[in-house]
Amino acid sequence: MAEFLQFLISGLTVGAVYALVALGFTLIYNASGVVNFAQGEFVMLGGMVTVFASAAGVPLPLAALIAVAASIMIGLLLHRLAIEPARGASAVTLIIITIGASILLRGLAAIIFDKQFHKLPAFTGDAPIDILGAAVQPQSFWVLGGAAVVVVTLYVFLEHTLIGKAVLATAANRLAARLVGINTTTIMALAFGGSAAIGAVAGILVTPITLTSYDVGTLLALKGFAAAMLGGMGNPVGAVVGGLLLGLLEAFGAGYLSSTYKDAFAFLVILIVLFVAPQGLFGRRAVERV
Amino acid sequence: MRALLNQRLLTLAVLAVIISLLPFVFPSSYYFRVASLVWVSALAAIGLNILMGQAGQVSLGHAAFFGIGAYAVAIGPTHLGIPPWAALLIGAILSSVLAYLVGRPILRLKGHYLAIATLGLGVLVALVISTESRWTGGPDGMPVERLTLFGWRVSGSYTWYWVTGALLLVGTWIALNLDETPTGRAFRALHDSEVAAQVVGVDVARFKLQAFVIAAVYASLAGSALAFMNGFINPDQAGFIHSVELVTIVVLGGLGSVVGSIVGAAVLVTLPQALTVFHEYEHLLLGLIIIVSMIFMRNGIVPSLSGLFLRRARS
Amino acid sequence: MKSKATLKILLAAGVMGFGLSEGALAQNSVKIGSVLSVTGPSSFLGEPEDKTLRIYVDKINAAGGVAGKKIELVIYDDGGDANKARTFATRLIEDDEVVAMVGGTTTGATMAMIPVFEDAKIPFISLAGAIEVIDPVRKFVFKTPHTDKMACEKIFEDLKKRNLTKIGLISGTDGFGASMRAQCVKVAPNYGMQIVADENYGPRDSDMTAQLTKIKNTAGVQAVVNPGFGQGPAIVTRNYAQLGMNSIPFYQSHGVASKSFIELAGAAAEGVRLPAAALLVGDKLPESDPQKKVVTEYKQAYESATKQPVSTFGGHAYDGLFILVEAMKRANSTDPQKVRDEIEKTKGFVGTGGIVNMSPTDHLGLDLSAFRVLEIKGGDWNLVASGS
Repeated sequence: MAEFLQFLISGLTVGAVYALVALGFTLIYNASGVVNFAQGEFVMLGGMVTVFASAAGVPLPLAALIAVAASIMIGLLLHRLAIEPARGASAVTLIIITIGASILLRGLAAIIFDKQFHKLPAFTGDAPIDILGAAVQPQSFWVLGGAAVVVVTLYVFLEHTLIGKAVLATAANRLAARLVGINTTTIMALAFGGSAAIGAVAGILVTPITLTSYDVGTLLALKGFAAAMLGGMGNPVGAVVGGLLLGLLEAFGAGYLSSTYKDAFAFLVILIVLFVAPQGLFGRRAVERV
Repeated sequence: MRALLNQRLLTLAVLAVIISLLPFVFPSSYYFRVASLVWVSALAAIGLNILMGQAGQVSLGHAAFFGIGAYAVAIGPTHLGIPPWAALLIGAILSSVLAYLVGRPILRLKGHYLAIATLGLGVLVALVISTESRWTGGPDGMPVERLTLFGWRVSGSYTWYWVTGALLLVGTWIALNLDETPTGRAFRALHDSEVAAQVVGVDVARFKLQAFVIAAVYASLAGSALAFMNGFINPDQAGFIHSVELVTIVVLGGLGSVVGSIVGAAVLVTLPQALTVFHEYEHLLLGLIIIVSMIFMRNGIVPSLSGLFLRRARS
Repeated sequence: MKSKATLKILLAAGVMGFGLSEGALAQNSVKIGSVLSVTGPSSFLGEPEDKTLRIYVDKINAAGGVAGKKIELVIYDDGGDANKARTFATRLIEDDEVVAMVGGTTTGATMAMIPVFEDAKIPFISLAGAIEVIDPVRKFVFKTPHTDKMACEKIFEDLKKRNLTKIGLISGTDGFGASMRAQCVKVAPNYGMQIVADENYGPRDSDMTAQLTKIKNTAGVQAVVNPGFGQGPAIVTRNYAQLGMNSIPFYQSHGVASKSFIELAGAAAEGVRLPAAALLVGDKLPESDPQKKVVTEYKQAYESATKQPVSTFGGHAYDGLFILVEAMKRANSTDPQKVRDEIEKTKGFVGTGGIVNMSPTDHLGLDLSAFRVLEIKGGDWNLVASGS
């Protein structure tokens, strides 16, 4: 039982990060149809800017705010300078642009910061908490709680504000949204900024556990993309469920099966899910218009 | 039809001339090495372009087949005593069988779902290669025996320049011809609209599978060539990053353009070599160049530039 | 179009800068090449190597160079990609025409480059860890870091002294971890060690509690060994403390031998032991120690130039560079063949990694005494007195 709980919490913590990255993917995908492979770099920026700001003497909460603000700025710049000028280009061209952006941001981070690994202090100490025999880092609760707050905030924003509804309308049908007077360019910028903020928050929350460096983004983008697809691209609920599920698969795979092949196990499950449900767990059946 | 035929022959002839003239301007065998890398990457990209550009299906795990080809010629002779040339064929066969078996269920998926499924396939293959170290030497890789053909030991930058150049010519020729066969036309119909293709009687599933298998064989052969050329192979060649590189070459050069894949490979292989003078700014510039060229040449380098020339010529 | 023009200017500026630097160099120079993983997953190894080479080549040149010639250093970054490394190796030999090479951050890159240097008969001093670099011995290939096999042996020696024989392994699946794991499994029987648990984690994994929980619940584990480098071991160490496993002795490898490991792992690192070079404990060495002078000087030079804590990785580059330079001095020539012969004759060279005695059958020249067993106490490295 203690063992099971240990795996469960480990999986949920890692999964929460995947979920936030997947949520970032979803937000941008919904507003613009772009699969943003630079999403992992936002997580990196969140962690790295906080580390360097606090090393420069800025108190941690303020450093975190600076990191979120910096990431949002980078997100908006990415949209304005790289995505907007290529408007109307094919989906795969836009993907390559975001891959280019990811290489560029990593290169930039290596120059501005450094290539070493960095950590942040845990928000509320390192003393593990005993839960029915499982030892849990307090920071895990920050990650889980923080992720929950982000998800709820996003939900309230999308469902209960006018701008949020405009985002949803744009996601549903961009042309129709434009026809009813929604400025879809603004919506897209909003999505990039929001997505960057989500990524940065994930980076700040998780750095005390996982450490960070200029190149943590690549793997997170891969895992987040996998999580988003597992849940069903474009569905925020799917992104969260997909992320948590992926984290759990890895933890239980490592714990009960083989730690060598845990990633294989996770991807096998994704493949099987897609064979059974080709639109992911919560995806809508897309109808091709002829 | 005749015009098309001529255009194809012209493309081939130009490529052949370039391959045979480049050695006259190369100052050292390092340039032969880089050019050989371009030919090998171009070969893999041309194959992937048949899948992506002509049949309109994205693969984010294509390096898996590259890796299978490479490790076939590494493992076959070292562990199983298979002659290197036979190992190359076995690699190609293995790749096509895997593509055939996996392709059937995978290719039912659409768009990004296909991308993630192929990505998963790539991750699985790369993981097996780097884990089963008894066979593959693990993450540090393993040496590859030199290729011997009829008693001729194929080695050295110059030799490999010609071997890979010849391979590229054959690969280009097949790809250009494929374009004009009924299969090629079916591929393009798929790319434009799957539903429409189905309506006019194209067996969509079969043609997608064909394109997938052809692309896998191209990648496998390119992988074998690289392994022979390097005399050493490691799992990176089968990894996700390499898959992304191949996709980038295809899109940068131009989806659906055979010449584009060669140009794309030339750009992406030589760029990091040229950018070394910028030291730590290398990656920043690489990213910047990719972004800028995709914004200004959104259909890829070759289609965009040739479109520009045509427009100029007309006006 | 603006950005395109900017790019052109940048490119032009770069090309001009390149041309200038080449033209400005005196004829009377000797080219030493290096291919390092300055970026990519092994950048924490490659970066200190890169900085070390640059710092010391400047110092050597300021002091008049070697064999009457100034050293011209050519460094390429392979980004951790072995295929790229191989291309740069060809470039160094064919295009830059270097007379020797000190580089090869990872074993993968080194193994890919070896055929190039062997064919061209250019001496190659590798900075990679695995034993396969020098075993079997290749005529032109040398290396400076201790092998992973030696690390396993040193750890097992210490365990044997403590009468601990049942061990659990938790290894990274990167090249370093996988290679060292294999060596540990191989030499374990020689020391009467029994491996009762054997777990792995990916080089970029962020949580290893699942694997550690399994080891914890394996009956009879008396000690745990973690072959790995990068941020992985720091996370393993934190998870180890989190799960309250501190009562089981825990060993890291020489792959974490930089101060940043202690910083990253924090309080969890207390009590962790590892085999490492004397460099880390330079200030704690007795005055009589032959390495004392070399390691304190290197540490001082590196830390004042880079403002970063010294690591044994940069030290490997220091050793490689000076083994090469001294061989050139002895040969009074920069002819690759003569330099190679002299490198092989290196005897009693005091480096940061140990005292090097090479021979035609030993292209590393270090024995187990080059490793010290360290224990982390009070946030710093401490020498473990032999027998405790």
